[in-house]
Amino acid sequence: MLTNAALGRGLILVAIALAAAGAVVGFWGGRKRTEAAHQWTKTLTYGFSASLILANVVMIKALLQHDFSVSYVAQVGSRSTPTHITIVSLWSSLEGSILFWGAVLGVFVVAFVARVADKHRDMAPYTLATICTIGTFFGFLLAGPANPFLDTPAPIPADGPGPNPLLQNHILMIVHPPMLYAGYVGMTIPFAMGVAALLRGRLGAGWMRPIRTWMLLPWGFLTAGIVLGGWWAYEVLGWGGYWAWDPVENASFLPWLTASAFLHAAMLQERRGILKGWTLILLLTTFCLTILGTFMTRSGVFNSVHSFTQSPIGPTFLVFLAIAMVVSTLLVALRMHLLTPEGEVKSAASRESAFVMNNLLFVFFTFLVLVGTVFPLLNEAVRDVKISVGGPYFNRLGVPIAMAIVFLMGVGPALPWGRASREEMVKLLAPPTSAGVSVAVLGAVFGVRDLLPALTLFCAAFAGWVALRDMVQPVLVRKRRGNVGWGSAVSEAFVRGRRRYGGQIVHLGVAIMAVGIALSSSYQVTTEQVVQRGETLTVGSYTVRFDGSRQETLPHRRSTIAEMAVFRGGDQVGVLEPRMNHYKRQMNPIGTPAVRSSLTEDLYLSVMTIDPAGAYVGLRAFVNPAIYWIWIAAGIMVLGSIIAGWPSRSSVSAPVPGGAEAMA
Amino acid sequence: MNDKTKVFFIGAVLVAASALAFMAFGGIGDNLVYYWTPAEMMANQDKAQGATIRLGGVVEVGSLDWDKEANELRFVVTDGDTKVPVLGTSVPPQMFREGIGVVVEGTLRADGVFTADTLLVKHDNQYQAPEDGSAPDMDALKKSLTSER
Repeated sequence: MLTNAALGRGLILVAIALAAAGAVVGFWGGRKRTEAAHQWTKTLTYGFSASLILANVVMIKALLQHDFSVSYVAQVGSRSTPTHITIVSLWSSLEGSILFWGAVLGVFVVAFVARVADKHRDMAPYTLATICTIGTFFGFLLAGPANPFLDTPAPIPADGPGPNPLLQNHILMIVHPPMLYAGYVGMTIPFAMGVAALLRGRLGAGWMRPIRTWMLLPWGFLTAGIVLGGWWAYEVLGWGGYWAWDPVENASFLPWLTASAFLHAAMLQERRGILKGWTLILLLTTFCLTILGTFMTRSGVFNSVHSFTQSPIGPTFLVFLAIAMVVSTLLVALRMHLLTPEGEVKSAASRESAFVMNNLLFVFFTFLVLVGTVFPLLNEAVRDVKISVGGPYFNRLGVPIAMAIVFLMGVGPALPWGRASREEMVKLLAPPTSAGVSVAVLGAVFGVRDLLPALTLFCAAFAGWVALRDMVQPVLVRKRRGNVGWGSAVSEAFVRGRRRYGGQIVHLGVAIMAVGIALSSSYQVTTEQVVQRGETLTVGSYTVRFDGSRQETLPHRRSTIAEMAVFRGGDQVGVLEPRMNHYKRQMNPIGTPAVRSSLTEDLYLSVMTIDPAGAYVGLRAFVNPAIYWIWIAAGIMVLGSIIAGWPSRSSVSAPVPGGAEAMA
Repeated sequence: MNDKTKVFFIGAVLVAASALAFMAFGGIGDNLVYYWTPAEMMANQDKAQGATIRLGGVVEVGSLDWDKEANELRFVVTDGDTKVPVLGTSVPPQMFREGIGVVVEGTLRADGVFTADTLLVKHDNQYQAPEDGSAPDMDALKKSLTSER
């Protein structure tokens, strides 16, 4: 009988073999353009994906069986862990997360091959070959340095330590990593499509459209993953905020920035036939940043530059990153001249030029975050001085750039393609400007009187107005033109301009998020104090009273719960129960804050320390205004990206423009 | 693109890029947070005053004084030789006690007292606190503290 470990190792070896074969046949087939090579590449790619997905199934089975003879299960499994946590332990630690990476890639690749490969026969073999090359690398990682399927050396333990307690502490930790992975991994597909375009030396709108769609999908996942990570930090870590410019957070933000820039550049490329090279550079950079991010988060390099070489994973990733960057640069250098532009930017007062500016700002932002993130690493490596870059560095430069991006998000869609005259400019920009000013004045009435949040209100309202106008106007035009009802006018406008609607919904989400971020970070109220039993603490308009503590014991953890009565304006409005959790076999107790959320503000209580006898509690209390709007805005952004990227019947069955592009 | 627009674009990009590079590299110097041991910090006293520092060491046994009413926390951080008095106004985390390895984030005052905004006592499970009185292994201490708050 085959053990789980042996079966898993076997599947990974099969995956490597199939991926390597797929890469060879794909590159060869891309040159020769034969039908047989196309079919073979597809089959090998399917096989490679299936093996990786099956290897994940084997691991889940081993986890559920508590088969501690598998090294990874011995590392993260525990008999006292609830079943759903046992399943998600799959991605709770390094080796498992790389295995899970394989499953996510597998799902993306199967979907891609099924939907796109046969419609773009000239590009498919190169694309699949590139995917298979990357797959081969990750296969080697799984077979060697990050092998989760090793045999546990005898004696096999009867029980394991269980996954990281932070993972067990909150439901969001179950959803956040897969979203982030889907974002990271999914960007492999558009990267491979871009490589294919460079290898083929041709990039027309017919290929750019699917690239953009396949970037939109992981972009939505990454957006969700980043915000869920922030939300998780907010609900779990207990310091009252959601974003600390931590290297791990920055690692996910970097590819998001370049991917956002790409999605806009791709529209220019598609509509105007310009900036082809730039668009592809953004695409290749995005992929390299996902690899850099995986390296930074997975190698432990941030704990100590000098310790990351203790495991071969860090250096392996670094080598892969170097190869990806060299190959990307070479491809761009050698093939770029083949991508002739079909148009030009005619005037600074145009939508194109706003797009170009927005792209530059995204790239600046990327550069800024990259410098701040990598600087401590270089410093430690070269000078052996351990430093970190403080949040003020990122905020002082990042906030103005972000604000300018939000503003341009309104300017771009407000202006026409081509060239706008001075009168047109005034006519088009006056309504959103007055909307922005009105909202800023309204904000001042309600107490938003500081420069940065007031400016944010202006920019967000400016952009929000344009987004709404862009959604309402087509409906009004249809209603005025034809004798149709409101319902059919709306649905017709929506179906015809679905991508535009998706995009503007995303913009609306961004505008709301900007307001949420500005208000919550500018007007947070916080206090920190020891509260004796029966006594109170006041924060903002709330008063909380410590009514005592109680113990709760579950198989895998013991919690001390503080009972806090919440008063506002003299009336009790609720009870909050922040707690301190002690996990079995873990040294550090972990606090879980309690949050009372509403659309206007959150009351956030976090236990720093609690007297075992229940005599006092050390409490941090925060009032965070408008923070809930950040999570809502993220939902709106993801919804918009789904609407924009949803496969429509027309775009699926549309023949590739220019029959010459199709392989006869 | 006509020449005027081209000049406008290139000029704008150059100005913006150089401003950004200047701000990025200039701004980084003001916002660096140094990780220092007590000895390293006292050797750089002039630099330490007013700057944000992460001071790593061990809470000296017998030095802890927590006035819950006034919300004042006083203790001494040591690396075995050099001692730094610390004053915190935050509630200490549950794990905080004498003899444990800590990283305190804050700044050095002119009177030689380190004022702490944040106390970090998070360790991974491998970290062992030193025996009472013995010098802590500063490398192991630094390594075991995660970057999380």
